[in-house]
Amino acid sequence: MKYSIMVNEGPYTHQASDTALHFCKAALEAGHEIFRVFFYHDGVNNGTRFTVPPQDDRNIQQEWSKLASAHDIDLVVCIAAAQRRGIMDADEAKRQGIDGNNIAPGFRISGLGQLIEGGIIADRQLVFGD
Amino acid sequence: MSTLHTVNKSPFERDSLSSCIRLAVKGSAILLIEDGVFGAMAGTDHSDMVQAAMKDASVYVLGPDLAARGMSEDRVIDGIQIIDYSGFVNLTAECNNVQSWL
Repeated sequence: MKYSIMVNEGPYTHQASDTALHFCKAALEAGHEIFRVFFYHDGVNNGTRFTVPPQDDRNIQQEWSKLASAHDIDLVVCIAAAQRRGIMDADEAKRQGIDGNNIAPGFRISGLGQLIEGGIIADRQLVFGD
Repeated sequence: MSTLHTVNKSPFERDSLSSCIRLAVKGSAILLIEDGVFGAMAGTDHSDMVQAAMKDASVYVLGPDLAARGMSEDRVIDGIQIIDYSGFVNLTAECNNVQSWL
């Protein structure tokens, strides 16, 4: 079965991102496909590679990047939500005249159309948030 | 099964569980996750509501979220099924769609 996931909360502020990660891992283990994870609102904070949690804590951001790379998952952050929260890729930084970028590996910046498309293409869409 | 409802708020914090129960049609599945697991506890002010809902809906609770909150499985209302993440995935596949009560 094909899944599309939406994450609306940032890491370490709410359990939503952890729950979504656990769900995705279990779904992949069961042989399902995670087609896309769309990060909206504070959820875009899962997509910065500048996250440095203490060594004895889980690195939620890296978990997403690793999962995406191992299973070819499309990780999309909403552009408007990302701009508000300082999540930039190289193109966006250039366009906005910002002196660097912080998008994490496996993530890309796009728009709400990707959320709608995920809902159309996937068999199931799940929302994790507050 | 028709719809899987996921509830992630404690009934002591918000009314999403009672709203879900009010609107879930007969044959629905309700899964309590995150702080929603407190809705699965026996002997609380909300237990009667949940037990009444179990006549028309199947109620599940996510075991890892119970454990994360130090809640013993012995205190879960009789008839609520305790599942893990793979059980969560199976429910989403068995049901036609998923409604997240946020």
